[in-house]
Amino acid sequence: MTITIAHLTRRFGETEVLRGIDLSVEKGELVALLGPSGSGKTTLLKIIAGLDWPDAGVLEVNGEDWLQKKAQDRRIGFVFQNYALFPHMTVRDNIAFGLTVRPRDTRPAPAAIAGKVTELLQFLQIPQLADRFPAELSGGQRQRVALGRAMAIAPELLLLDEPFGALDAQVRRDLRRWLREVLQQAGSTTIFVTHDQEEAFELADRVVVMGAGRIEQVGRPEEIHDHPATPFVARFLGMTVELPVTLHAGRAGAPGLDTASLPRVAMADGPAMLFLRPTDITPVPDPQGRFTVADVTSTGALLRLRLKDDLTSAEPEIEIARRLAPPLRAGARIHLRPEAGRLFPATAGIPPAVAPAIKALKESSL
Amino acid sequence: MTTVAAAARIRPKRVLPGFGLTMGVTLSYVGIIVLLPLAALVLKGAEIGPERFFAIMTAPRTLAALKLTLSAAAMATAFNAVYGLLMAWVLVRYDFPGKRILDALMDIPFALPTAVAGLALSALFAGNGWYGALLEPMGIQVIFTIWGVAFAMAFTSIPFVVRTVQPVLEDLDPQYEDAAVTLGAHPFTIFRRVVFPAILPAFMVGVTLSFARSLGEFGAVVFIAGNLPMKTEIASLLAVIRLEEYDYNGAAAIALTLLMIALVLLVASNLLQARALRYKGRGA
Repeated sequence: MTITIAHLTRRFGETEVLRGIDLSVEKGELVALLGPSGSGKTTLLKIIAGLDWPDAGVLEVNGEDWLQKKAQDRRIGFVFQNYALFPHMTVRDNIAFGLTVRPRDTRPAPAAIAGKVTELLQFLQIPQLADRFPAELSGGQRQRVALGRAMAIAPELLLLDEPFGALDAQVRRDLRRWLREVLQQAGSTTIFVTHDQEEAFELADRVVVMGAGRIEQVGRPEEIHDHPATPFVARFLGMTVELPVTLHAGRAGAPGLDTASLPRVAMADGPAMLFLRPTDITPVPDPQGRFTVADVTSTGALLRLRLKDDLTSAEPEIEIARRLAPPLRAGARIHLRPEAGRLFPATAGIPPAVAPAIKALKESSL
Repeated sequence: MTTVAAAARIRPKRVLPGFGLTMGVTLSYVGIIVLLPLAALVLKGAEIGPERFFAIMTAPRTLAALKLTLSAAAMATAFNAVYGLLMAWVLVRYDFPGKRILDALMDIPFALPTAVAGLALSALFAGNGWYGALLEPMGIQVIFTIWGVAFAMAFTSIPFVVRTVQPVLEDLDPQYEDAAVTLGAHPFTIFRRVVFPAILPAFMVGVTLSFARSLGEFGAVVFIAGNLPMKTEIASLLAVIRLEEYDYNGAAAIALTLLMIALVLLVASNLLQARALRYKGRGA
């Protein structure tokens, strides 16, 4: 099952939700659509499922035009964010649904359906839940049932919308591992939507980062983590500290920054913007330093320092493992040693005055 | 001293004040306005004695009235069940110009004095009325027949079905239908297997209320029915006639019978509802 998507656009009234999506997915691949809310990732998933229709573009699966095909006939497995289990049916009936609604001539015999359901219940390790109603299940159990219901019709393509969105942190981590194993065994092509980068990186073979209706970057998890292609991806992946620097012979430099650990880059000389993860920065006590510690909070494992940049009057936040942190108090002066970061031409960045607004937006969407 | 204070029981405080007052007023109201008259009716009925009661109820005229009332109410309810469900569906699922007006129109049977409705319907279905002029040449007589009775009942009780189904349908998460679509179900199957089971409890309430209301409908019916004894005389009207004849026992017996039918219906509907909602009862 090869999926080819080209120039896909979708607008809701005035809002452009998808602004030209090009993407192809190979057979057996596990792909994550990663992005903040409003980036269009769920709309893209729904278009692939046939639950929404684009205004223009191409969606081909195995060379067949899926925009001419109704959702009922696409035979995909879709797992909804809130699972959408039919509340008045038992787990068994929920899983059997896709088989029992087939037209009479292709519908398996009742015994065959029952057998298939039992087999799936075993595979998902929930045979004891067969006769319960969805209201009697925990979030994690519901997710398994929803997956079972989607897999019962033997789909070649599985689509999952925020598969862990409705679960609490511990259950999420356990189920992530389990889901990865299940998907590997099932061997179907899978696309899932998430706003959680950890989830996307841990599960997917390939991650598609989306922002504002466009694909910002496609790549393997490490690739995207280490080399975000655009300032948007950098910010979205947690590079929230942005410092203006000047490039000279491939090296970034700025007063009050010790950039010796950063590798040379092949970029033209001139102003640039350095994007850093708060944890990739070491504070070094320095009476002549450019930064003043405004306050120090502890999250247990980490110390979070809010700094005041005397040069730009920005207030970057950095984090450091508590046991490695030098003794720092509010009012101390420091300089910074970035350990790893990403440089973009200064024009590509957004002026620091706008950055806090973007950050607030991002936090509210998480 | 401190041990005494510690041993004193702490009375939990209610967060919302006024429980005693509001509950007291409500219960008094229910007692005076609802339960007391019902109790009086039952007591009056009990005075009659079983044989006399049986005699009144099996009198041909009473039986005919009950039969007419029940069949017409059943016809009206059957019509409302289908049409009310359709109406609720249209009002919830589609957007069209005039939707709000149509929605508001649905309340007219509730707001309109039933006598006014009865008069209007009689005028329409009379031989020289708009509908009557069309139907009577075709040999269809509505006024002074069971059809007219059923029509008047349907008119006054349709909002019960629409207004009970509508909010439930509105709250139904479209994800269930999306899920059914991705699983390969076609529209009618989705309605039958996913949507209808979800609205069934509300639908049953609406249908029961519609039937109960039709049984008791008086104002609208008496104008269109013609009220011929043994033919188009409804039970409530017969009770009024008995009352005017100073036959209090006869009136009470008929009223009591209607009351019992309504009660049985409500209990049955509640049991069915509980059964339809059993999947919600158990578990978290």
